[in-house]
Amino acid sequence: MQTILSVRKLVKRYPGVTALDQITLDFEAGEVHAICGENGAGKSTFIKVITGAIKADEGIIEVEGIPRKGYSPHEAMFSFGISAIYQEFNLVPFLSIAENIFLGNEPVRNGFLDIRTMNRNASELLKSLGIDLNPKRMVKTLTVAYQQLVEIAKAVSHNTKILIMDEPSAPLTTNEVDKMLELVRNLKARGVTVIYISHRLSEIFELSDRVSVFRDGKFIKTLETRSTDKKELISLMVGRELADTYTKNKIPRKEVLLEVRNLSTPTLLKDISFSLHEGEILGFGGLVGAGRTELARAIFGADPISGGSVLIRGTEVRILHPSQAVGLRIGLIPEDRKQHGIVSELSVMENIAYSSFGKVSRFGIIMKGLLLASGEKYKTLLRIVTPDLDKKVKELSGGNQQKVVLARWLATNCDLLIFDEPTRGIDVGAKQEIYELVSSLAAQGKAIIFISSEMPELLGMSDRIIVMYEGRITGELSGPEATQNRVLQLASGE
Amino acid sequence: MLKNIVFLKKYAIVGVLFVLIIFFSLVSDSFLSTGNMFMVARQVAMLGISAVGMTCVILTSGIDLSVGSVMGITNIVGAMLMTAAGLPIWLSVLITLAMSAGIGLINGLFVAYVRVPALITTLAMMTVLRGVCYVLCNGMPVWGLPESFKVLGQGYFGPIPIPVLIMLVVFLLGWIFLNRTRSGRYLYGLGGNREAVRLSGVYTARIETLGFVISGLLTGLAGIIMLSRINTGQPKIGTGYEMDVITAVVLGGVSIMGGEGSLVGVLIGVLITGVLANGMILMDVSEYYQQITKGLVLLFAVTFDTMAKRHKT
Repeated sequence: MQTILSVRKLVKRYPGVTALDQITLDFEAGEVHAICGENGAGKSTFIKVITGAIKADEGIIEVEGIPRKGYSPHEAMFSFGISAIYQEFNLVPFLSIAENIFLGNEPVRNGFLDIRTMNRNASELLKSLGIDLNPKRMVKTLTVAYQQLVEIAKAVSHNTKILIMDEPSAPLTTNEVDKMLELVRNLKARGVTVIYISHRLSEIFELSDRVSVFRDGKFIKTLETRSTDKKELISLMVGRELADTYTKNKIPRKEVLLEVRNLSTPTLLKDISFSLHEGEILGFGGLVGAGRTELARAIFGADPISGGSVLIRGTEVRILHPSQAVGLRIGLIPEDRKQHGIVSELSVMENIAYSSFGKVSRFGIIMKGLLLASGEKYKTLLRIVTPDLDKKVKELSGGNQQKVVLARWLATNCDLLIFDEPTRGIDVGAKQEIYELVSSLAAQGKAIIFISSEMPELLGMSDRIIVMYEGRITGELSGPEATQNRVLQLASGE
Repeated sequence: MLKNIVFLKKYAIVGVLFVLIIFFSLVSDSFLSTGNMFMVARQVAMLGISAVGMTCVILTSGIDLSVGSVMGITNIVGAMLMTAAGLPIWLSVLITLAMSAGIGLINGLFVAYVRVPALITTLAMMTVLRGVCYVLCNGMPVWGLPESFKVLGQGYFGPIPIPVLIMLVVFLLGWIFLNRTRSGRYLYGLGGNREAVRLSGVYTARIETLGFVISGLLTGLAGIIMLSRINTGQPKIGTGYEMDVITAVVLGGVSIMGGEGSLVGVLIGVLITGVLANGMILMDVSEYYQQITKGLVLLFAVTFDTMAKRHKT
């Protein structure tokens, strides 16, 4: 095999951290090369350096044997054939698929756009990739999964030799992931080198030829995927062996805390009824878009409901705004942590106190001492890793940000906590800690709604599982009935 | 280079202020004189008071273009209440302040509840109010204000001009409000993470409206001081004032995208704006070139902010 991209002693420093520390690594032409590592391992920085989005402080990048230094993303894309697909797409929603694919690279005749050629080329390209889409369709009307396929097609249209995919499966449902993986194999067959970054180890094993592990900004090892296993990868990633266990405390059920009766929303939810006891972890399974996030938001008063009722300890309540939910001691740890969870520009301690400023104020003035004390308390309790409580919360790792959001609700003394995909995008070690925290909260008698798309944690954590499909509840599972197969069946509406 | 910009953004404005002061003291003999320094201080007092209000709006990623016209209308209405209506000074001031806060409330309701973009809401408000100014006084200045009213704008408390004292108090209260009260911290949160703030159980629309009310109220206060200084009601007072206020706030390091910035920086931004204006007058720079300079300074400040922001992502 021939080396297409090789990096030598790449170093990137930020104030206080070395994001990339002497990374030396080769990529072979036509391979699928996975990169894995915990959050903060340096994967994102590495990609950004390769795509030219940021410049390395030291080191050499050789593309097809030619040393390159300080190039721009535009050069990377059009001169070297390096494209990247990020979690956030770079598509223009109100343009057609064809227009998006050829954006910046449009076929022109006599100074005017040659729309017919553009559509024809796009159509051929999509067909050759096995994507069944009309190129004239507006991108806005596509599902997330199809938008991603369009992104990939766009990259291919630039004669991409190296395609970098950063967590491409994160927004996709199981079926969609399969389709995406198929497309990646298709690209490989065309000789494209794919650098694949994912938290989902099963995908790495399904797809990659080789896998490189990063840890704390350092390159640890490249392995032949065939000759390794999940256990080895995880231990390389975290630097220690890790038991994937779920601590489940069996405690007798207590009072019913929450009862939802025939809840509907104008857009999606139909006739949702269930009840939740103190000390119980109620799991919600289903595909992305099944309505679990919508249900969480509706209960929390973040979105309007069109029918049905919510009862707390047997009393009907009308929650029209999140502040009323907070008043009823309900907390929501939202799915989109960066947009909906943390207040990024504010400090860790302020984020912790954000829903309970009253407790750290005297006569309406926030007391620094009380604020610090409460921050210190939850930092210790949840083992939040931060050099300083005064640090901006956006500078923390994903797992620690998640703990800060959780701390916010613990500080308000919630009885009911709604976790929406609490471990998405956080590293293995932090996941384990979140599991332990959720279990211990349930053991203290708090009622917990646990929404998760990751089957092992859903099955492992939940006392009972409710499965949703297209805005309805399709089944409830507990005990030995709760198996991966049953959840999947119900989740696909069968 | 970009890393330097982030650093510069934090500390450079102090340097800029000093460079300006040194420059003007070299080219103009009278610049550093006590008399002139007091004049600068008095001139920036109103700007500073409004800038505190504007900060409360820009932090939420909003903008208030109506401040110039609010200053105009408080000028006219305040003057008319004291003359034509013959009300006592304290009552006139109170009514005028209430009116300016009310204007802020209307801005806020449209922006936060009806969801008309702040730029358009306040642009419309700016134009409407300016028209009202001319209608109320028929385009003529309002004369005959009571002599005793002059104290507010022209008097001294010990050695300190009263407007400067008021500005310092406003900055102090503003600092406590923004940093040490929950509403203040919510204003910061609204800039970058509106939904996160709402999901924390905050009535975000109320907080956003509050920002506009503060902006209106403080500009009303500045307008009253202005009225006392010139002791006549002038319908065109405050034209282009929004430009100075926004420039001072952005120069002071408050991000135009909201969410970050501090009043300490704003105070320096205000001083830079004031020194620059005063220095140009002393140097006999023509009104036209002053305008060009002001525009460039704003563009420069926003460019700085944008580049610093880009670096972080």
